[in-house]
Amino acid sequence: MSALPGWRQLPIGAVNLVPGSSVSYKTGEWRTLRPEIDQEKCIRCRTCWMYCPEGSIIEVDEPYKTKAGREYKVTYKIDYDHCKGCGICANECPVKAISMVEEVI
Amino acid sequence: MSKPITVWDLPRDELLAPGHRMCQGCGAAIAFRHILKAAGKDTIVVMPTCCGEITSTVYPDNAWRVPWIHVAFENAAAVASGIRAGIEVLKRKGVIPKDRQINVVAIGGDGGTFDIGLQALSGTLERGDDVLYICYDNEAYMNTGIQRSGSTPMGAWTTTTPVGKIWRGEWRPKKRKDLVAIAIAHNVPYAATANPAFPLDLYAKVKKALSIRGPKLIHVLSPCVPGWRIEPDKSVAVGKLAVLTGMWINYEYENGVYRVTTPVPKRKPVREYLRLQGRFRHLSEEEIKKIQQLVDAEVERINKLIGKEVIGPVEG
Amino acid sequence: MGKVVPLGGNYAVAYAVKACDVDVMTAYPISPQTTIVERLSEFVANGELDAEFLHVESEHTALSVAIGAAAVGARAYSATCSQGLALMNELLYIMSAMRLPMVLTIVNRALSAPINIWNDHSDFMSVQDAGWVMMMSASNQEAYDEVIIGYRIAEDPRVLLPVITSMDGYIQSHVVEPVEVESDEDVLSFAPKRRTWYVLDPDKPVAMGSVGDPNYYYEFKRQQWEAMKEARQVFDEVVVDFAKKFGRRYSAIETYMLDDAEVAIVGMGSFMGTIKAYVDRARKEGIKVGALRVKLYRPFPADDVAKALSNVKLVGVMDRALVPGSPTGGHLHSDVIAAIKQRGLDVRTIGFIAGLGGRLLTMDNVKQMVSALIKYKDARELPKEPIFIGVRE
Repeated sequence: MSALPGWRQLPIGAVNLVPGSSVSYKTGEWRTLRPEIDQEKCIRCRTCWMYCPEGSIIEVDEPYKTKAGREYKVTYKIDYDHCKGCGICANECPVKAISMVEEVI
Repeated sequence: MSKPITVWDLPRDELLAPGHRMCQGCGAAIAFRHILKAAGKDTIVVMPTCCGEITSTVYPDNAWRVPWIHVAFENAAAVASGIRAGIEVLKRKGVIPKDRQINVVAIGGDGGTFDIGLQALSGTLERGDDVLYICYDNEAYMNTGIQRSGSTPMGAWTTTTPVGKIWRGEWRPKKRKDLVAIAIAHNVPYAATANPAFPLDLYAKVKKALSIRGPKLIHVLSPCVPGWRIEPDKSVAVGKLAVLTGMWINYEYENGVYRVTTPVPKRKPVREYLRLQGRFRHLSEEEIKKIQQLVDAEVERINKLIGKEVIGPVEG
Repeated sequence: MGKVVPLGGNYAVAYAVKACDVDVMTAYPISPQTTIVERLSEFVANGELDAEFLHVESEHTALSVAIGAAAVGARAYSATCSQGLALMNELLYIMSAMRLPMVLTIVNRALSAPINIWNDHSDFMSVQDAGWVMMMSASNQEAYDEVIIGYRIAEDPRVLLPVITSMDGYIQSHVVEPVEVESDEDVLSFAPKRRTWYVLDPDKPVAMGSVGDPNYYYEFKRQQWEAMKEARQVFDEVVVDFAKKFGRRYSAIETYMLDDAEVAIVGMGSFMGTIKAYVDRARKEGIKVGALRVKLYRPFPADDVAKALSNVKLVGVMDRALVPGSPTGGHLHSDVIAAIKQRGLDVRTIGFIAGLGGRLLTMDNVKQMVSALIKYKDARELPKEPIFIGVRE
């Protein structure tokens, strides 16, 4: 761990000058179950993205073509640095495209 | 009426950064994301002391990508009023550009709203300050470890309403105080209830509230994994059941007119909602029946306000 | 040159607030503060002052509103006293630690119980630990000037702390004295609005009021100590500038006949006028007594106090607030002892409690204090308890 800043280095009044600095706090370490998205089954309905308490379902403009030939413009990925593994995404997915698998360290 | 919002209307930008320390499956975190999506970046957020406050801004971490302030437990509404007053006068004096639109949104828990913060909230509402106050209601003091608040529902176990030989959880034998009615009694132009299991409804209400000048209040049910003794993946499911059983009714009030935004033609029995939660596990059939009666009465009251049956009977 | 106007202290303060072009003001009525906010309401009502005046439901909200306003960069003002100040208490600590500037006027009044609307310093002294710069005036002119000086100190980038200005309830607030009222332009050029602090701005989002865990809390407290040290320096600079601009000179302490004094009375506020008058009388009788008034209370001008008292044999410190169970019984007495002892001076002190709950200080009361000082000045043993002046046995 690097040395923490002294009082002269810190902005006064505990004012935090970096919006969104919490990204450096990796809540992914809390996870015991890991969501995995089956891109073949996923119908790109945005439900998991909408319900994730962490904003850890990432919607990217990455085209995907299923083996059955269905084409999508977006793909959903998981930010494992921050996903806490609550499982809401898997529970709410209307097509059961997300499964929760045990984290193995 | 404008066309209904779909999931594709939600902006992709996340103004609540990950790395916040809200619990696994936190209902409030879902609500915060959508409140911010609706309010947008030109928003100042005020929080009293609450779960969302301590978990989002442990220095030097800051989950907020909008300007944010916490001062104390009982004064979020008052701080929000001061911010609005400051913005207005600085606009008049040319310090802030006159055409700059800035939303002032206070987001507090039930303790900071129903209990210790009610006086300051009343002041903000009665003065007519242009502030949106959102209460995310997890129905107890969860931040300090699940103590009973003025919002804890009848029968719920908390650490200060334990289940023993004499006490059977929360003792208040009637409906808790009605926050939306309190706001409406202050002659506010807009008040509503919402629920993170229905994010589009929440999003639309925040948008609408912010389009109206004056004080607005949205009361948001906030399923709490540790406090309600539910599985982390079930907070959305529980939130949905709250509405499907009539335990929670999503409605809004705008200039004298009430509207239920999530009609429920056939209700499920409240037992289904209660049985999913450890905090209600001790309830007897007799006690569940009493809660069902309270819910029936509330449904009847809301239907009367609307003027027709938008929430139907319990399915047989 | 200003215009000399007969004004009660409260109205004088209201004129100063107006001249400072305060942006947001807020107050809850409490005697004897009310006429400040009444006059300010009139200024806003008739368009003489462009400000947001928030009619709040408590002093707690009054200060909360001020914090919110200061957090977006507005110049904020409020006034209160006694129970109102007590209700603000938690926010006083928060505002100074958030490093948000404002000026708050306390019209000194006793704390309940028994409920008492009259003057003493128990409200003012009760917030000595809250991290605010604190001044106490002794005339209506000074009460007026403190507000203007207050904004200069509060908003100085080296300081960024809220400032309390004060005057004695009724004795100053409601008694008319000639006050030189400066033009708004002159006042604003002396105390220009510079928005020198961090503000909530969507174009540059910051978070204020974060959690300070054990890894960080202490560092922010350490900063507050430094800010107070800066405030001491800035005070001296500002009063020099003030004298240049307006011709009225203030300093952290005011001394009276101390140069050759064997005994002295230290105190604060309006009673010091009575004490100075008695000093004049006693001097005619050959008694070598002097007086010292502390104007700047936080940061405490310890060097100045110790230096001024260094040749005095026995100092009597008059507190107008009682701290039951404390070693001295009074805040000021404890501070004076600390200032003297830390500097290794051999100056002894005794404590007086006087004027609680509006009990007036008569010349006889002061005589009693001076007699006690003379009695003890060469005594081996000094009283370990405060001497209660003017109380019925």
